[in-house]
Amino acid sequence: MTPYTIHPARITARRTETEGIYTFTMRLLDPSVRAAYRFQAGQFNMLYAFGIGEVAISIVSDPSEPEILEHTVRVAGRVTGVMADWKVGDVVGVRGPYGNGWPVDAARGRDVVIVTGGLGCAPVVGLINYIIRRRDEYGELHILHGVRTPNDLLYREKFDEWRRVPRTRVYLTTDQPDKSWHYRIGVVTELFDELNVAPSAIVMMCGPEVMMRFAAHALLQKGIGDDSIHLSMERRMECAVGLCGHCQYREHFVCKDGPVFTYRTVRRLFGVSGI
Amino acid sequence: MNEPLKLKKAALQDLIDLLRREEFKVLGPVVREGSVAFHEVREVSDLPIGMRDAQEAGRYRLTPGVDGEIFGVVNGAGSLKPFFFAPHEILLEVRREHRGFKVRDATPAAPRLALIGVRACDLAALAIQDRIFLHDKFRDAHYEARRKDVFFVAVNCTRSAPTCFCVSMKTGPEAASGFDLAMTEMEDGFVVRTGSAAGERVVSKLQLPTAASEDVAKARARIDECASGMQRQMDTSDLPHLLYDEVDSPRWNDVAARCLSCTNCTMVCPTCFCHSVMDVQELDGNMSRRVRQWDSCFSLEHAHIHGINFRPRIHDRYRQWLTHKLASWIDQFGTSGCVGCGRCITWCPVGIDLTEEVAAIRAQRGKH
Amino acid sequence: MKPRIAVFKFASCDGCQLQFLNAEDELLTLASLVEFAYFTEARSRALDGPYDIAFVEGSITTPDDARRIIEVRERTRYLVTIGACATAGGIQALRNWSEVEQYKRVVYPSPEFISTLSTSTPISEHVKVDFELWGCPIDKHQLIDVVRSLLSRAKPALPGHSVCMECKRRGNVCVVVARGEPCLGPVTRTGCGALCPAYDRGCYGCFGPADDANMEAFTRLMASQGITGMDAVRRLRSINGYVRPWRETADAIAKNQNQND
Repeated sequence: MTPYTIHPARITARRTETEGIYTFTMRLLDPSVRAAYRFQAGQFNMLYAFGIGEVAISIVSDPSEPEILEHTVRVAGRVTGVMADWKVGDVVGVRGPYGNGWPVDAARGRDVVIVTGGLGCAPVVGLINYIIRRRDEYGELHILHGVRTPNDLLYREKFDEWRRVPRTRVYLTTDQPDKSWHYRIGVVTELFDELNVAPSAIVMMCGPEVMMRFAAHALLQKGIGDDSIHLSMERRMECAVGLCGHCQYREHFVCKDGPVFTYRTVRRLFGVSGI
Repeated sequence: MNEPLKLKKAALQDLIDLLRREEFKVLGPVVREGSVAFHEVREVSDLPIGMRDAQEAGRYRLTPGVDGEIFGVVNGAGSLKPFFFAPHEILLEVRREHRGFKVRDATPAAPRLALIGVRACDLAALAIQDRIFLHDKFRDAHYEARRKDVFFVAVNCTRSAPTCFCVSMKTGPEAASGFDLAMTEMEDGFVVRTGSAAGERVVSKLQLPTAASEDVAKARARIDECASGMQRQMDTSDLPHLLYDEVDSPRWNDVAARCLSCTNCTMVCPTCFCHSVMDVQELDGNMSRRVRQWDSCFSLEHAHIHGINFRPRIHDRYRQWLTHKLASWIDQFGTSGCVGCGRCITWCPVGIDLTEEVAAIRAQRGKH
Repeated sequence: MKPRIAVFKFASCDGCQLQFLNAEDELLTLASLVEFAYFTEARSRALDGPYDIAFVEGSITTPDDARRIIEVRERTRYLVTIGACATAGGIQALRNWSEVEQYKRVVYPSPEFISTLSTSTPISEHVKVDFELWGCPIDKHQLIDVVRSLLSRAKPALPGHSVCMECKRRGNVCVVVARGEPCLGPVTRTGCGALCPAYDRGCYGCFGPADDANMEAFTRLMASQGITGMDAVRRLRSINGYVRPWRETADAIAKNQNQND
């Protein structure tokens, strides 16, 4: 069977997170495919819109219930534009899971720092939910999120909700505040001044590369090892199976070697433009 | 086993006939549009007898060669790549059904191919593509369907084009593996070695005599002469580090000013495997095909995602290509992505030569 | 209700809108999916807007054209230019480098009745264009693809890379390298299926400039083939001559030539 084959899945729920961001719950139609399907936190599927194409979207639901697949889609391009019209009952395509996922096992028992930036980073929402559902298995949870403007802060309620979870701190900042903003002001790296974590903490980040670079630098200063800092990289993906060549990040294929890399692995490449 | 045998020139037709009787579609180098490419061969006379190639950076011409020489043309624009990794193919057919769709795998029914006159560099390139499409994490069913049961008759090179540098890349001029038969051309025939059980079967059916020791020695001398006379070289020492370290080399700007970013080098390269995957609907909206076609890291779309292009400059794209080909390929697949066939040099319309680029980057190493 | 399609003509030869009628295999399907509300080449009944998709052929060469295109835009959801004239100004944009009044006096017995602009300009210089189909004429498959994409509520996916990629996929041998032919392929947008090189001819640039075309390198390539000065200018100032970067490159070569003369 070709690795490009698509499995039909029915949409069972649709939730609007905010304007242009939707979460779809779906269920694979073929019972044998569904029964065999397993995934890890942070892996992604290629979601297919009939006749239009595929996009790589991370799975945000919990891996302990692999029959339920949730994907949060931000409408940005040609394919996601069509996904905005997906309704409950529609049949769409799923291919996956792909990628290595977040190091949730290595993180067990340790303090966890989650850093995100930019527009609603869906992959970390799944990760945060994963940890919260297993709250006792993890140490302190620090969630740091920086946005350019308050309008870019999606999931405001989610952050407020996470704030109420035991042993969890949420740090929000913007560099262009307005009246509605009652969190911190400044770029995301300034949040690290407030962050108090042991060097044994594990870090997982997702967002613009420039933000991740500054964040990694600040975290190294706190004594966290470069192999304890994990970043989710973004590149063009067409095949998701390491064959089409588009997602290359020098020697890495983001689709099969990543999308999560340790800072140690990519630090030489980080900040070099045009790779 | 593996004793050198002799195939008279006249008996080459017997080999072709035998392979055809065994229901192979026999392909060999055939003159097309001023170059050679692998096309169907029924008669020995379909081959470019008495012709040679004149190659240099950005230029290719067929020229009159040596009377009776069958494999005088070293290579042309066409490699083996399109026969296994198709330039354009349908992967899936997706048909809309009531409230859903059905997916049908379009794995090809490939003809059994016998390829005659395959050069060592191209066999090495095929072995590299095998690693990517067959022996990596995911196996490519379409490549596999075309690749199985192919019969290869290699020809060891006894002359090289000025653009060749297989000796530097350790892939030629003698075919080391991956063939069923390997032949070295002499005036009156070929010294033949077998490389597989299938090859053994074929030579036993042809009842080839053992080659005279003088012929074997002469064939060896011709190959050695070809190797020692190779004009182009590439110093591969300290790769991948050289290119990783020289990510800021001023040479990238220099070559970017010359590069058309036209994608020709990647299209003629026998190992380049980038492809795009697209879904193409029929007008009625009831049927869609998943298509894959060759893509190139020189296209602006290659590294584009919504709102970001990771390699917007020709500088970035040339660096990506060369670094991938000669450096990161080694990390990815345990081998260089270059076999030294020289096609990217010849078929670059502006004659950019990767061996020169590497030499220049090396010469300027750490000095900028 | 079926989406309403309109096809408008400005200064052009009709060859691009003929691609609808040339799409013989798809024509019946097309007619079942959309309503041709305005397509005077195909049917005499013309319906007023609004239109879901307006395909616009031809360039703007008269004051009346300039008014009419604004009306078309106002009545249209997606405006798609079809062909080199609408997208780049067409071959008639050669007038942009000459004196129109002079031509009028030479060509017409009563030049005072001719109302024309001094330039031929692409539609995008007058109104917002949603999608552009290049080519002289456009490619039938790209046209069908645009219709299908818009019916599926998706943006059309139109590639911008060079002709060379399509040419080599097709198994053509490079006419520049093997024959020394002049060929605009390396700097021309794909879409034609590398038609000319498949028939042993160099590319004429019907689909306009490719993304990120390196015109300096290309100018040097032409020079190495002996194509310099006004010879090089004429190759670039053709069907798509008025579009950047070809316009700028040709202008620079012409300026250089004049200085040398």
